[in-house]
Amino acid sequence: MALFDQRLQDLHNELAAGKLSAAELTEAAYARIAETDERIGAFLTLNEEAARVRAAELDQAGAAKGLLHALPAGIKDNIVTKGLRTTCASQFLSNYDPIYDATVSGKLQDAGAVTIGKLNMDEFAMGGSNENSSFRPVRNPWNTDYVPGGSSGGSAAAVAAGQVYFALGSDTGGSIRQPASYCGVVGLKPTYGLVSRFGLVAFASSLDAIGPITKNVEDAAYVLQTIAGHDRMDSTSADVSIPDYVGSLSGDIKGMRIGVPKEYMGEGIDPKVKEAVLAALRVLEDLGATWEEVSLPHTEYAVATYYLLASSEASSNLARFDGVRYGVRADDPDNLIDLYRKSRSQGFGQEVKRRIMLGTYALSSGYYDAYYLKAQKVRTLIKRDFDQAFEKYDLLVGPTAPTTAFRIGEQIGDPLTMYLNDIVTIPVSLAGVPAISVPCGFADGLPVGLQLIGKPFDESTVLRAAHAYEQHTDHHKARPQL
Amino acid sequence: MTHYQSYETVIGLEVHVELHTASKIFCGCSTSFGAPPNTHTCPICLGHPGVLPVLNRQAVDYAMKAAMALNCTIADVSKFDRKNYFYPDSPKAYQISQFDQPIGENGWIDIEVDGKTKRIGITRLHLEEDAGKLTHVEGGYASLVDFNRVGTPLVEIVSEPDLRTPEEAKAYLEKLRAIMQYCDVSDVKMEEGSLRCDANISLRPWGQEKFGIRAELKNMNSFRGVQRGLEYEQLRQADILDAGGTVVQETRRWDDSQGKTFSMRGKEESHDYRYFPDPDLVRLHIDSEWKERVRASIPELPDARQARYTAEYGLPAYDAGVITASKKLADFFEESLSYTKDAKAVSNWIMGDLLGYLNQTGKEIEAVRITGQGLGEMIGLLEKGTISGKIAKTVFKEMLESGKRPQQIVEEQGLVQISDEGAIKAIVEKIVAANPQSVEDYRAGKEKAIGFLVGQVMKESRGKANPGLVNKLLVDVLNA
Repeated sequence: MALFDQRLQDLHNELAAGKLSAAELTEAAYARIAETDERIGAFLTLNEEAARVRAAELDQAGAAKGLLHALPAGIKDNIVTKGLRTTCASQFLSNYDPIYDATVSGKLQDAGAVTIGKLNMDEFAMGGSNENSSFRPVRNPWNTDYVPGGSSGGSAAAVAAGQVYFALGSDTGGSIRQPASYCGVVGLKPTYGLVSRFGLVAFASSLDAIGPITKNVEDAAYVLQTIAGHDRMDSTSADVSIPDYVGSLSGDIKGMRIGVPKEYMGEGIDPKVKEAVLAALRVLEDLGATWEEVSLPHTEYAVATYYLLASSEASSNLARFDGVRYGVRADDPDNLIDLYRKSRSQGFGQEVKRRIMLGTYALSSGYYDAYYLKAQKVRTLIKRDFDQAFEKYDLLVGPTAPTTAFRIGEQIGDPLTMYLNDIVTIPVSLAGVPAISVPCGFADGLPVGLQLIGKPFDESTVLRAAHAYEQHTDHHKARPQL
Repeated sequence: MTHYQSYETVIGLEVHVELHTASKIFCGCSTSFGAPPNTHTCPICLGHPGVLPVLNRQAVDYAMKAAMALNCTIADVSKFDRKNYFYPDSPKAYQISQFDQPIGENGWIDIEVDGKTKRIGITRLHLEEDAGKLTHVEGGYASLVDFNRVGTPLVEIVSEPDLRTPEEAKAYLEKLRAIMQYCDVSDVKMEEGSLRCDANISLRPWGQEKFGIRAELKNMNSFRGVQRGLEYEQLRQADILDAGGTVVQETRRWDDSQGKTFSMRGKEESHDYRYFPDPDLVRLHIDSEWKERVRASIPELPDARQARYTAEYGLPAYDAGVITASKKLADFFEESLSYTKDAKAVSNWIMGDLLGYLNQTGKEIEAVRITGQGLGEMIGLLEKGTISGKIAKTVFKEMLESGKRPQQIVEEQGLVQISDEGAIKAIVEKIVAANPQSVEDYRAGKEKAIGFLVGQVMKESRGKANPGLVNKLLVDVLNA
């Protein structure tokens, strides 16, 4: 078994017994990256020198202390890391070395993880295929002609390819779950506010969530345990007590009531994907859960609502990239306005510009009520759909994405089709509730993801159900041949 | 004949007041004035990627206190919005401000002009963050930006268009400044930018209800500048209207050295700020307990103090108004009263010698070293006859500069009044003997001659002889 396929507890036992060292784990990560990343393109920046020093320090310090002691981690490149280049996969920030650490970066550090490097993504987390990276696309480890999904495509591909033990991603409309689904790994989007956003370069502040991408549910629980919790640096961070997520993985889901949104299983969903989801539901049923169809009637408005709200917030969040204080400044501007215009024209890619334009328009005087305000109202209705469903069910289950991964280049010219890939992840983001994607089979050789959606701050139930399912299937054990 | 008095002037003011919290509104950086450029900054106020704002509760307390002192209704729920615009003084390219749910609304203050009281409405008071400071390098090849000020908490106070003359505008500003001083929420120093004022001004024919087209005036850096800028605009707009023209709705910049306003930008160039609720901040729920706690911290305000000074101490309304217009001055007045009971004397020394000195030197009350205790004790020395009125002037001047106690000044400089009859009589006799001509004149009925002799005695005593005794003894000696 490959080193990174071992259970976290087993690795820690070996570390404690002196049979394994942080240095060996770190070297294993870099060796695997050297072997595979030319084909995958998951990493934008490697942290080799500092990671080796850190591993040596951990080995010297002796016994395993932190929850993630000595584990090689990859961090999505929109999470700032002090002194370690953070580009958001944008030309604009190709020279940006942060002067502070994100709260989650600090928490990983405290838990003993070793940062291997920064992971590729769609520029500023805008996209669902990783083709919008302004440096290079990421390729799906299961078939390198296919996209890994996005925007956390680098995070999902790195875990799937065994380059790191786990990775952090960010999810605004599906950016953790959809690439996890495409790459056959586990991706958890926590409840909005459970994990601090301080140091996450904002795309859409009211939707952004940081979460783990791992090979299995247990690892996701360990990573969530590490990064969850109230942060006084983030006013939208929830002041809730953090349960024992790892302890909640009892395997017992007897009597669990599951709703299956009919809108997530209807038109536009690939029959093979649907088949895999139905098979998964039979497994859950065998484990003692019950399920029935439920309606989330405002689902059809979710994508439009999302693109108005997320783009509006993005148009303001990305205004700070002006070439004045950091990032790349255009050469020889004629005047101030020209400096802004040239820097932003050169620095941002097509998709980012498209969304800035869309959001600027939606917030403009005369259009605000018709677009932004109306979208806020629809968001409330979508949230209500979930509230009502959760009065009756403990969990909602459906596919993570309507299809498996598509070919690189296949949809890049058609943004509207691309946006529909997030049709079953976006409503969850708008509602702010937690959801996990776990592997539930293959269609034409590419992984299919099962999405389990929980009540606000009820990650424990989501993880318990996902873990119970995983224990009775082998999909998560499959590895791509690289 | 062109004359602005053919029109009614309508003025509304937008005043920005920096709150003197120890730290900035959304981060922990210091707000102190005058530090080297860009030393009071951090990733948050510099708008680095990934940072988030956390609201400083003290700033909310201060804003509520200010709003309450301006008789505003305090919101139960308030929120923050983003005002989007690109400019190098704004590191996030948006300012966190309040759009439709400000901290306070519907307030008022009373001003007094020409002895008449007038109530001026306050539309709203909202909380926001200050921008950085730009310095344009001479020659225009570069601009320098200092982010020390960025994120300093500000309240913007918008008046109703209730002001009718530049004098009223000045009186409104002075009252507003006094209230902020009393509330102790700001330094309110226009020269340091902790109080800034923009004005909207329009003219309309007398009797017309509809407002005329307004100009917005910016860059007035003193109270005097506000008044002069408005006076200039009155004339400029009257000229246009007299000639049958139309005032252009635009923003104009006051140039203090030229004494003129210049067009900055027209209506069509005005920004669309694309306000929307800041998703990084949560709604502010202000419960009654919070409101009461802040309300309890509001001290006696200038109007109440003025009324008390006239009622309790019998000061003329004008004097009480002048003294209470500055909290420092009013506190000085009250401190003096712990050392003397003669409130009128204290008031007279303040109105005459102290304000005269401040006007003459252009100094602020904080810059002089005299204390209320010093003035009170000096008045005590006068009452006891230890010093004369003339010596008191000398002592007062010395107190202004050195801050020494009057007793010490009198002792050090040997200024104690001579009230010993024997000692004065000796001097009187000496002067009478030395000035036979004046003595003869006096005895011949020239009463004026005694003035000369008194002066000589005072001179001989180096000003220390008790003037009353000198007069009495001189008359005694001359008539003997």
